Amino acid sequence: MANLQPEGTCKAGNGNAIITLLNVSKSFVTGKRTIQALDNVSARVQRCMITGLVGPDGSGKTTLMRLIAGLLEPDKGTVTALGRDATAESLLVQASAGYMPQRFGLYEDLTVSENLNLYADLQGVPGDARHERFRELMHMTGLGPFVSRLAGRLSGGMKQKLGLACTLVRYPQLLLLDEPTVGVDPVSRRELWSIVSRLVREEGMSVLLSTSYLDEAENCNEVIMMFEGQILGQDRPEKFSSTMEGRTFTVSVPGMKGRILQKKLLMREDVTDAIVQGDCIRLVMQTQGNPDASALVPDTPDITLRPVQPRFEDAFISVLRQQRSARIMNREEDTKPGPSPGGNGGNVIEVKNLKRRFGDFYAVKGVTFSVERGEVFGLLGPNGAGKSTTFRMLCGLLPPTEGMLSVAGHDLRRAPSAARAHIGYMSQKFSLYGNLSVRENLRFFISVYGLTGNAGQKKIQWALDQFELGDHAESTSNDLSLGHKQRLAMACSLMHEPDILFLDEPTSGVDPLARREFWHRINALAEHGITVLVTTHFMEEADYCDRLAIMTAGEVLALGTPAEIKSEVRSAKIPEPTMEDAFISLIQTSARGERAS
Amino acid sequence: MNGKPGESGPAESRRAGSRMRLAGLVRKEFLQILRDPSSIAIAFLMPVVLLFLFGYGVSLDAEHMPVGIVVEKPDQDTSRFLGSFRQSRYFEPVLLSTMPEAVEALESGTIDAIIHLRQDFSKKRKTSGDAPMQVIVNGVDANTARILSGYIEGAWIRWLGHEAIAEGTDLKIPVQMEHRVWFNSELRSRNYLVPGLIAIIMTLIGALLTAMVMAREWERGTMEALMVTPVARREIILGKLIPYFTLGIGGMALSVLLAVFLFNVPLRGSVIVLFAASSLFLLTALGMGLLISILAKNQFVAGQAAIIVTFLPAFILSGFIFDINSMPAPIQVITHLIAARYFVAILQTIFLAGNIWSVIAWNALALVVMSTVFLGISRRKFRKRLE
Amino acid sequence: MWRRVFALTVKEFLALLKDKKSRLVVFIPPLVQLLVFGYAATFDLKNVPFAVYNEDRGNFSRELLSRFRGSGNFTEVAALRNEGEISSVINRKEALLVIHIGPEFSRNLLKGGTSPVQVIVDGRNSNTAMLAMNYARTIVNEFNRTWSERSGRTGPPAHLVTRAWFNPNLESRWFIVPGIVGLLTLVVTTLVTALSVAREREQGTFDQLLVTPIRPVEIIIGKTLPGFFIGIAEATIIILATVFWFDIPLRGSVLTLYTGIILFILSAIGIGLMISSLATTQQQGLLGAFLFLVPAIILSGFTTPIANMPPFLQDLTLLNPLRYFMVILRGVFLEGAPFHRLINQFWPMAVIGMVNLTIAGWLFRHRLY
Repeated sequence: MANLQPEGTCKAGNGNAIITLLNVSKSFVTGKRTIQALDNVSARVQRCMITGLVGPDGSGKTTLMRLIAGLLEPDKGTVTALGRDATAESLLVQASAGYMPQRFGLYEDLTVSENLNLYADLQGVPGDARHERFRELMHMTGLGPFVSRLAGRLSGGMKQKLGLACTLVRYPQLLLLDEPTVGVDPVSRRELWSIVSRLVREEGMSVLLSTSYLDEAENCNEVIMMFEGQILGQDRPEKFSSTMEGRTFTVSVPGMKGRILQKKLLMREDVTDAIVQGDCIRLVMQTQGNPDASALVPDTPDITLRPVQPRFEDAFISVLRQQRSARIMNREEDTKPGPSPGGNGGNVIEVKNLKRRFGDFYAVKGVTFSVERGEVFGLLGPNGAGKSTTFRMLCGLLPPTEGMLSVAGHDLRRAPSAARAHIGYMSQKFSLYGNLSVRENLRFFISVYGLTGNAGQKKIQWALDQFELGDHAESTSNDLSLGHKQRLAMACSLMHEPDILFLDEPTSGVDPLARREFWHRINALAEHGITVLVTTHFMEEADYCDRLAIMTAGEVLALGTPAEIKSEVRSAKIPEPTMEDAFISLIQTSARGERAS
Repeated sequence: MNGKPGESGPAESRRAGSRMRLAGLVRKEFLQILRDPSSIAIAFLMPVVLLFLFGYGVSLDAEHMPVGIVVEKPDQDTSRFLGSFRQSRYFEPVLLSTMPEAVEALESGTIDAIIHLRQDFSKKRKTSGDAPMQVIVNGVDANTARILSGYIEGAWIRWLGHEAIAEGTDLKIPVQMEHRVWFNSELRSRNYLVPGLIAIIMTLIGALLTAMVMAREWERGTMEALMVTPVARREIILGKLIPYFTLGIGGMALSVLLAVFLFNVPLRGSVIVLFAASSLFLLTALGMGLLISILAKNQFVAGQAAIIVTFLPAFILSGFIFDINSMPAPIQVITHLIAARYFVAILQTIFLAGNIWSVIAWNALALVVMSTVFLGISRRKFRKRLE
Repeated sequence: MWRRVFALTVKEFLALLKDKKSRLVVFIPPLVQLLVFGYAATFDLKNVPFAVYNEDRGNFSRELLSRFRGSGNFTEVAALRNEGEISSVINRKEALLVIHIGPEFSRNLLKGGTSPVQVIVDGRNSNTAMLAMNYARTIVNEFNRTWSERSGRTGPPAHLVTRAWFNPNLESRWFIVPGIVGLLTLVVTTLVTALSVAREREQGTFDQLLVTPIRPVEIIIGKTLPGFFIGIAEATIIILATVFWFDIPLRGSVLTLYTGIILFILSAIGIGLMISSLATTQQQGLLGAFLFLVPAIILSGFTTPIANMPPFLQDLTLLNPLRYFMVILRGVFLEGAPFHRLINQFWPMAVIGMVNLTIAGWLFRHRLY
């Protein structure tokens, strides 16, 4: 990514902060619980640079943004922005600050240019200056060809860019961006970042940007790390990473599946983090110093250990670990006492030339793939790529417009109800009965699958233990945190010991620790011979899958093991491509291909 | 950087900025209305459907009511009596010979009343001059029963008159009631139901639609985006009021046209007064809608609240169908809090009686007070904050 | 199969009644509406304001007027001194009715002649006007009868002896309140079921349900039972209030009544579930329910007789289950109608219910999103 050092118009470093927070606290009451969103927070945000606000969901990032924008009043403390009190003089702050909320309020039934005109009216941009400004914005965002399209018809990335354009109809001195890249495809993500860094460089804007993508933190000039309403630290991202110096390695054992190696590593007390990355495991140790490679994993003489550069993510996980003092895997226990691993081989899921049309729009345009028994198969792609639609057709929830599909030999749409007992499904948004308690949810799903009496009770107890929900058994599932909801939803989909598990965006909105936990469970299931089909828009999660299909705009761009897909795009320029690099280059190739034909 | 709005510039340019923001909001709202079929449906389709349902479906005008007449011994006297029923458009006489047969018919609902002329009817009439005629009405539907017995009484008096003329004597009734009905001499129920319905329709557009669209902005997050712009509270509120006011007046005009030209309801007062009063009521309804949405911020709750707080009371407690004077005192007190009550009074007067200022002025004053209160509270409660 | 249905039913109940707010929504508004409807929705006139312009100085006019005052239906609000005041008192809606007695009234009566009395009525609300006129006519007739007896004059050659069966005092509350049983049961069951599938769709749990081995018919039964029991409970509460609070007689058999209630609730649930399976969001479900409820109530004969409607609307009401239930309610409550007389009301509701439930079940799986 480009050099982001501010220059030109901006007189940086004159020491005065553009935002000052002093002992700010804020709490909300929902139902019977009081949530302390911010707890005595103090910070200063410098002018003319990008300050990143990083933390898992629910850490108080949005509340902080809203306080600065004058949309909330702090319970305690003062918020000063642009030299004014954001609470008392909110109109004046709003006049020279731009704020883009997480879900930017685009009027979806208005066209791109109508949205722009509305915000130009509201921001008082005079009519004659508009033409020039709109041209500039359209050029910058690449929305030029779509000015008369309804905002609701734009893709996720285009919507975010339009939201940014609306915020920029009059250049603000201070730009507040709340999770601008959530659910946006990698290409659009890079474009958004380059727009923002250009604004800082050329217009001298000050930007405060929140994100839950940890790799984005490294693009910021400064990072504020938040967790559970508190600021854990504020510094340059390199500074965070440098604390991890000497603790990061990659480990590989030829012939051992990545996730098995990972599991073995995580079982150790002195390991902070271990994630699958391509063919090897990225290992973060609790203390500095080279560990004894052969002692790391017993009985693996050919283990190789290489030190690597630390990343921001390593620091973040390490800090979170200290906060939670919890371990991912602290028990040698089965996630599921399910069927023994069936003989590998044999396609369980088969999809041929699957198409689905909504009106005159093809959400899925001819998808073909197959999944073997006991495989973890991933469907990767940005929001709106057609992953969920494909999923719903596989589960028999949506009839395909064209094509053939079979799941365990059945088309679930027409299959007898007994056939459905072999599959488990966890839908997006962790669908639970919100006002039922955890135990009631479990009991419902277990009896729907026909288990009652003693066996049922046992199974419920198993789920409560296994998913560490015991303490919450009687709480209403709506009051659970997102991580707990995810665990409960997964427990519900596993109650009947299915052979095939469908997981639709199981990790969206969940903090990095919970995501790691989740993938562990998936790995354990796969070891027991369960076939897992999972969709995600986190590119880095691809490494956890045995095989995957990358989808965009309803088409499969690439199909294969993670290593195969990455090797497709390996070149001199990118010798060790990440999944995101692979995705971007695949998109670019397919776009070029289209233009050529 | 392009100017610094918000900082104390010349008053002139501040006003221009405010005008621009308001125009932008109003334009946006109109575009949304045009593209959202459900608001068009509520504003224009709903009035038509409701007017048709009420104009045709709700009628208190009973005609052709089946009446069983049991004549135990038919003769000239009884046939003349029967004749007076046959001529009337109110009755559909059914001739029956025995009482048990008639009772059976009454119970099974094929006839609404029985008129029983006994065997000795003609004899008694000639001898004693006072023959009883037994009338039994099915009292289940008390209102219809009362109307029916009124008609039977009317037919009886007419028959007496004919008899007297035939005998060359004059009918000796000590006090004869002459009635005159003003404003709606044919007593067509449509004439008062249709104007009253306009109040219901405007409640729907003003309160229900406004509450829902405002709540939608909260739900979709567009309100958050609006709030961080330099737009003022007053401008957001006016930006909603102006479009939905226009829409409401449109729905109102449509209803008036249908009422006058399709249902032939007379419009005796002035159209200008009618529109002025409607504007006042519409402001009240919009005020209620805004207040509900500010308190609810959720389309589902706002919709239900609008139906329970505005629509149902407008239906039952406004005097639109049910007479307020006949309600128990505590409920009569409650009706004073229902804006539709005042508007229904104005509507029925302007349509059927004309510009009677004493009625219009007082009710209009009540509407002014209510609209000021609702809009005032909305303005106070509506904060540029997310809590 | 029954185990799954049972699980589904229990879950529906929990989802509906566990949270305090939705419990209140199910039971409180209907009771408030019952009270408001029971008291406010009446066609009986009380305290009709009337004014008198009496030019007669004799006793007899005073006697006639005192009958008006003593009837309980009329309240005198003004005594007028000239004819011009008549129009202003009516225009201003101060009086609904003006009684004008001419100067020769008492003298004419004594002479044995006929004295006219003029009654001027405000026709802005035609129903009220007609009823007020009927009340006035009854008072005048009563006066005539006693006058004839007292003065020994021969009255008219025949007179009417009117009796009202089933509702001897012709109270419209007896007509309206049993109707409310149907109205509120319909509103509650339709809303409960119309939102049930839509809510699950919105939360995404419906997909979850469809991938389990539950069959559509089991979903239908599981979704029907809660609405069914809530409807029965609601109807029972209102019936108890009708009998014990409003003192309305329940003359027929409770068994017949409950046969009607069961069939009616099934048909209402069928319609609710059909709305629900067509709606993707609760908002649409609510709008759909509203669009069904308003015409269903208006075209049911709840307040105004179906016989007064034009023929094509009368035919349309045949599709409305509330129409049949209204007949059953009033038949059982007031007329004491026996089972066999209501068979023609029972079977159409059963047909409507079955057809709708079948369509809803089909739509659960086959609806195109």
